[in-house]
Formats: sequence, C-alpha cells, structure tokens
Amino acid sequence: MTVTAPLAVVGRASFTALAAVGRIALFAAAVVGHLFRPPFYPKEFLHALIQIGWLSLPVVGLTALFTGGALALQIYAGGARFSAEAVVPSIVAIGMTRELGPVLGGLMVAARVASSIAAEIGTMKVTEQIDALVTLSTHPLKYLAVPRVLAATIAVPVLVAVGDSIGIAGGWAVGVNRLDFNSATYLKNTVDFLEFWDVGSGLVKGAAFGFIVALMGCYHGMNSGRGAQGVGRATKSAVVAASVLIFAANYLLTEIFFTS
Amino acid sequence: MIELSGVTKSFGQNHVLRGIDLKVDSNSSMVIIGGSGTGKSVLLKCILGLVHPDGGRILLDGQDVEQAERDSFLARFGMLFQGGALFDSLRVWENVAFRLLRGAQKRPRDEARAIALEKLRRVGLGPQVADLYPAELSGGMQKRVGLARAIAAEPEVIFFDEPTAGLDPIMAGVINDLIREIVTEMGATAMTITHDMTSVRAIADHVAMLHRGKIRWTGPVAELDTTPDPYVQQFIHGRAEGPIEALR
Repeated sequence: MTVTAPLAVVGRASFTALAAVGRIALFAAAVVGHLFRPPFYPKEFLHALIQIGWLSLPVVGLTALFTGGALALQIYAGGARFSAEAVVPSIVAIGMTRELGPVLGGLMVAARVASSIAAEIGTMKVTEQIDALVTLSTHPLKYLAVPRVLAATIAVPVLVAVGDSIGIAGGWAVGVNRLDFNSATYLKNTVDFLEFWDVGSGLVKGAAFGFIVALMGCYHGMNSGRGAQGVGRATKSAVVAASVLIFAANYLLTEIFFTS
Repeated sequence: MIELSGVTKSFGQNHVLRGIDLKVDSNSSMVIIGGSGTGKSVLLKCILGLVHPDGGRILLDGQDVEQAERDSFLARFGMLFQGGALFDSLRVWENVAFRLLRGAQKRPRDEARAIALEKLRRVGLGPQVADLYPAELSGGMQKRVGLARAIAAEPEVIFFDEPTAGLDPIMAGVINDLIREIVTEMGATAMTITHDMTSVRAIADHVAMLHRGKIRWTGPVAELDTTPDPYVQQFIHGRAEGPIEALR
C-alpha cells in the first residue's frame, strides 16, 4: 500500500459524490424542462395530487397537532425561567409557521411519499413496465416523474398551511386547557403577532420540500437496481436523500429569507 | 426488413454482443434461440433503442434506427414482454388501449375501448376481464393481455420476449398458436426470443442461434434438425455435453 492510497480513496469517494450530484441536477433539469412541453398528462397529475396531498393530510395533521401542543408546554416551561410565559401564543405561531410546520410536514411527506414513489417506479423498472412505456411511445420521465413532481410542489405548501393551522390549534388547546391561558387572549396574541411573511416563507419552503421529495422518489425509483433488494435500496435512498436535502434546503432558505 | 451489421454492446467488462450480423425479412417470423445470458433480450432492446449499441448499424427498411424520428419509429413496433409488463395501476382494457388513449394515435375513449375489447376477444379473453386490474389475472391471461396490447395499434413489427416463459405446456401451446395466427393474419414481421423448442417449431419461419455474443447459425426452421452445427444440436436436444458449457 502506497502513501497516496488514502488520498485515492478520498478522491474516488469525492468523484462518486460529485457524479451523483451531477446526475440528480441533470434529472431535475430534465423534469423542469418537461413541465412546459407537451404532451401533458392531467389524469396522472390529478391522481398524484390525491395520493400526495389529500392522503397525506392525516399524518401531517396529527404530527402538527402534537408538535404544537408539545411546543406550547416547552415554551411555557422555558419562559417561566425568566417570567415570559405570556410569549407562548406568539412563539408557537412563529415556530410552527416558519420552521416546524414546513420541516416536519416535509419530513412526514418524505417518509410517506418519497418511499412510495421510489418503490412504485422501482418496481415498474424491475418488471420492465418502464421499457414498455417507451415501446408505447410514452416518455417515462414525462409520464411518471413530471406529474408527481408538479403535484408534490403544489400539494405540500397546502399541507403546510393546514399543518400550521392545526399546530397552532394544538398549542391553543394545551395553552387553554393545561396552562390556564384565556382562550380569547391566546388567539388575539397569535393573530396580532403573526406577520404575512412568517406564513409565506413556510409555504415557499413547503413548495421546495415537495419538489425535493418527489424528485428524490422519482430519481431513485428510475435508477433502482434489480430485484427486491434493488427496489428496497432505492426506497431507502429516496427517503434518506429527501430528508437530508430538506434539512439542507431549510437552512439555505432560512438564510435567504431571514438574515438579510 | 430488419438488418443488423456488426452490432456490439458491452456492460463494463461484460461483452454481451460481439458483432451481430442478421437479416430478418419483412412478413417473416424469426426466432432467436440461445442460452440464458447470451444477449438475446439485449439484442431486441438495441433494435428498439431501449439500449444503445456501442457499435454497428441497425436498419429498418433501409433506414438507420438511430436516426429515425423516435415516435413514428416506435409506432411501427409492438412488443410482448417476458413478464407481460402490464401497468398495475390501469385496468386491463386501458393497458390494451394505452397507445390509443394518448399521443399521436389517440382516439376517443369509447372507440379505444371498443378496439381493446376486440383485441382481447382476438386473444381469447371475454369482455368480463376488461375492467379488472392485471393483478387479478392468472399468468396466462396476463400474457394474452400483453399480446393484445402488442397488436392493438396494428404494428408492422412485433417482438416477443420469451412468450411462453412460466406457463404450463397447454397455455404455452395456446400462446404459440395465437402468435402464429396473429403474425400471419396481420402480415407482420416477427422476432421472438425463446429457449422453448416447442415455441420455435410453432412460431418460426427462420431461426438464428446466438452464442457468445455472435450469431452462431441461422437458417430456415426446416433445417434446424438437420444442421450439423454441434452448438445447435446440443441446444435443441438439451444435452449437457457438447461445445456449449453447461455452467456459464
């Protein structure tokens, strides 16, 4: 073993990682390019919208409800250390709309949707259904990826908006029933403190996270290996990549929105 | 006519096709035989453009397939995949009419359904299966639906990838007969890949044997049993001893 061997290992790993980033970027560019070029598949888009948006409502809603409640308890306990219990409504609102609503909503959708898209498309690849699409003069990217990515980009902000409302309601329920807040005062503090951009920034984040989730599901599904193990690995990679990219994109967007 | 000359394809260090030269006449049925892993499926996928060959030329009626306009080129083909490759999320009739419901050959939905029902009838399936999903069908029925989908848009060229794999001998016989009848009736050019010698005798006008990435032998099906080629003889009689290694 030569002295340069470890460097070669690092170099190889770096090139592999860069190649993967390049492939994903090219895939994303191809999907975006096909968004604006016919043929369009409205039926597949509507189906994806129901699968990704409507059917994710329970899991996103429950996550937001419990998170809002826990957040109220934590802020109350923390605020009590310097007599700032009154900030509970405003911090719950800002915490849910700016951060927890979009990030937790995005993660729950990643777990539910990225895995399902990757498994479905991966199985289609393994069973030659994607080859069959090509022989039937249908572009697989256009038919499979574009409707899903578009649906997720539209559906996740709506899920985030619903999640924000339920999360704030969860905080209100805990605040009123467990922490003895006056209901009207709690709601007034929430509404008075909240600004449009608190909600708006979360919705923009939601759109970005939706795009990431569906893109990762489609990319890993279409590049799935052979057999059950290949599909399993594609599913796992889709969820991990979507989750990590959500955190990275969240930091980046927070820097852009709130530090200037 | 489909004409392949010097077609090569490698996957890394695995040289699957090492210079394929083959002619398939129009309106004839060519069956390609050969052991597992000899590149039969890759050959069909190269012709369809699902896999891009590393070298050589593939001509369809004198036109290079790499330069053909993709949609109109693919509209000339139908393909029956080994596992059927039916779309799980679509009903049987929507699978059959897939090409007729979208793209250049799009028809009104009622008309597309009527054509799908007619094609299903042609492969021996009644209208009661039209609204089922593929998962609700047996393997043999899925193959028939795949066959109905392959012929739905009346293609000039039909590819059959292991059409009888996984079927019992009776159902395999039914599928072989259907393929022969449909190809003759439509006047289509057919290319089939199979290991099943019963299928070869039922479907083929001509046979080509693929071995180690090259066409080892080709000729009319009538000469298959009389050719002295030891590779062909070992393969068609299923002998373990001979020039083809049993363990590959």
